[in-house]
Amino acid sequence: MKNPLEKLEGALTLGVILTVVMVLIIKYAFAG
Amino acid sequence: MNFLMDPYAVFFVRWLHVLSGIMWIGLLWYFNFVQIPSMPKIPAEQKPAISKVIAPAALFWFRWAALSTIIWGLIQAWQLGYVHDALALGFLDHSKRDMSIGFGMWLGLIMAFNVWFIIWPNQKKALGITPVSPEETAKAGRMAMLTSRFNTMLSVPMSYSMVAVHLN
Repeated sequence: MKNPLEKLEGALTLGVILTVVMVLIIKYAFAG
Repeated sequence: MNFLMDPYAVFFVRWLHVLSGIMWIGLLWYFNFVQIPSMPKIPAEQKPAISKVIAPAALFWFRWAALSTIIWGLIQAWQLGYVHDALALGFLDHSKRDMSIGFGMWLGLIMAFNVWFIIWPNQKKALGITPVSPEETAKAGRMAMLTSRFNTMLSVPMSYSMVAVHLN
């Protein structure tokens, strides 16, 4: 598989995915 | 040290943090959105204008702005009393707010580490500031470029968590 960092678009897409993951972790942290 | 806890001092440190951060991330995005994609379109005889003049100047302000952003940011977190809890990602006090800003702080710290210990040493080789063999120059340039792009990737969640802290 090609390294997504080879292209700026790949890095930005990964950045958005990381942001969503981070938001979900914060949302569900310390629940229950 | 009481004057550092004054509301105006807290605001002033935040302003210095934001000011430094604009210069740091602004130059990071200049490298990734403008300079790197433009290099292949520049004729060979004109490339030294970038590699010998513009890039070294941009890198100077880039790396010192990174350090300045981190220092003012840590002072700000200390002033607001959450530096320890945020760096522990909120696990010590079960705080979503500290987890949120903590993610941003760690991402910022990783990015600043990359600037000083990966991007800058490799750029010195790539730009000929540190003389190395042609193979090593190409390898260093690629490493600097990929790390710079990695930081651009991290700048997305980093900036989000820095400004989203009031949501939690």
